[in-house]
Amino acid sequence: MATVEPVHNPEAGTAADGVDRRDFIHVAALTFAGVGAVAVVLPLVNQMNPSADVLAQASTEVDLSAIKPGMAIKTMWRKQPVFIRNLTPQEISTINAVPMSELRDPQSLADRTKPNKLNWLITMGVCTHLGCVPLGAGAGEDRGPFGGYFCPCHGSAYDAAARIRKGPAPKNLEVPEYSFKSDTVVQIG
Amino acid sequence: MSFPWAKHYEPKSAFTKWIDARLPLPRFVYSAVGGGYPVPRNLNYFWNFGFLAGLALMIQIVSGIVLAMHYDPSAVGAFNSVEHIMRDVNSGWFLRYAHATGASFFFIVIYIHIFRGLYFGSYKAPREMIWLLGVLIFLLMMATAFMGYVLPWGQMSFWGARVITGFFSAIPFVGEPIRQLLLGGFAPDDAALNRFFALHYLLPFVILGVVILHIWALHIPGSSNPTGIEVKEEQDTVPFHPYYTAKDGFGVAVYLTLFAIVVFFMPNIVASPDNYIPANPLSTPAHIEPEWYFWPFYAILRAFTGDFMGVPAKLWGVIAMFASILLLFFLPWIDTSPVRSTNYRPLYKKFFWALVADILLLGWMGKSPAEQPYVVISQLAAIYYFAHFLIILPIVSRIERPLPLPMSITEAVLAKNNKAHAPVGLTVQPAE
Repeated sequence: MATVEPVHNPEAGTAADGVDRRDFIHVAALTFAGVGAVAVVLPLVNQMNPSADVLAQASTEVDLSAIKPGMAIKTMWRKQPVFIRNLTPQEISTINAVPMSELRDPQSLADRTKPNKLNWLITMGVCTHLGCVPLGAGAGEDRGPFGGYFCPCHGSAYDAAARIRKGPAPKNLEVPEYSFKSDTVVQIG
Repeated sequence: MSFPWAKHYEPKSAFTKWIDARLPLPRFVYSAVGGGYPVPRNLNYFWNFGFLAGLALMIQIVSGIVLAMHYDPSAVGAFNSVEHIMRDVNSGWFLRYAHATGASFFFIVIYIHIFRGLYFGSYKAPREMIWLLGVLIFLLMMATAFMGYVLPWGQMSFWGARVITGFFSAIPFVGEPIRQLLLGGFAPDDAALNRFFALHYLLPFVILGVVILHIWALHIPGSSNPTGIEVKEEQDTVPFHPYYTAKDGFGVAVYLTLFAIVVFFMPNIVASPDNYIPANPLSTPAHIEPEWYFWPFYAILRAFTGDFMGVPAKLWGVIAMFASILLLFFLPWIDTSPVRSTNYRPLYKKFFWALVADILLLGWMGKSPAEQPYVVISQLAAIYYFAHFLIILPIVSRIERPLPLPMSITEAVLAKNNKAHAPVGLTVQPAE
């Protein structure tokens, strides 16, 4: 620095506004300690997030060739049930006949399936109310008043497109991310 | 429970008054570690280590709780769950290394804290209870550290558990049944691992409880100081806050810097490579050694190689090892010298440093293999350890002529300052 300011009291170092060096040191030290504390808390909290081995199970492949029209299977993805349903042409026409205005969470069957795969309905088997597994995917299970799924916990009824029609659940059964590897193999996740 | 000039907590706002009338926690903190706790003005940096030990304990508890969220205490799953923590859990490597090296740092701090007490006579009246509780904390720490070391279920864990529980089989007649009771089997397995995990989780909170008693007992006579003379008047003390919170804060910064260097750059510096091999009950590692903080005691354990006075060597070793620690409980009554600080005890000072050297030597012997000449050296060093406490210390206390003590803490501080500020070539003559 080219200019040297006159220092009247080098020990106290008090500036005109009454803020002295000690105030600066206090603020700097406590700020530094605070930043350090946050840096330590982050990993302590982040350790609770899904670990690498849990994330590695995040995709699964399913062979569809054994699922006849009208049948459904339960499979597992991320430790949660997934329903895969092969809709009959009759079910598809019933679904498409329902006007959108009647739906709580309006979605068409086309919105919920892949192009040209209208008969393959793949949804999570997790009721959007409080997370129970709805009935209707296994053979002989109660499909409820709308011919789809019926949650025994609190009575939510879904239609064949797994759209919520009656009961406390707010949303349709969630469609997971998936893609067709071939005509008969689908990869979920 | 403090000096008459200790300041009292005065709540200022309506809210703090409301709290103070119902739960005077701020008042308690104020008189424990705030402006209401007068502390001798002359404490040096060795007095940081009590605070640092508390910090190290908290680091162990916090990192341990999060590790327990991912650990599997079964013989099949334990080793893999530790590797799972290292590889899969978010920041798991950091948490485990902080916990594992944190244990070593805890012992470094505790050993300095203990030797501080030995050098400055902090165990003497009226502070015997603080010392007794401290030795109890040390014993609890050793038990906790041992059980924690078993949890990763590597080779050293398994064989460490086998050897340490083998101590109990040295007890005549009931030894083997006791060993089986402790292990819940014939060798360390699921049952032992589960109970060690349960106790390893429990004991730190027991330690925390005893630490609170330790601090409570400290606040009755107040902190000791490097001169060893009692506080006489207000000018001998300064309030704990801000003077010693700032000094401890600086110590914390240095401590955490060193801790971070080890955690991030050399986390395995004291780890045994054998413990990265899964436990194998059919194969003992070529060279078993405990963690470094047990080396001196391990050397004493191994110093007995032959039966002696009709008692088997195995039992002698175990007795000697426990005695070497239990001896510390009697220290306040073994050392009868009324002078606390070794700075004023010229004869004891020599023996103090001889003891430090002897314990370091024992540590080196504990790490070395059980062969000559290490065995003879550990035997001599172990004999000296006991001789220090049982023979040398009582005699020295009796025959020693201590140096004149300063009249007060303030006088000692001012004399030191005068000396430091005196011009070169001019020495201050102590007034006789």
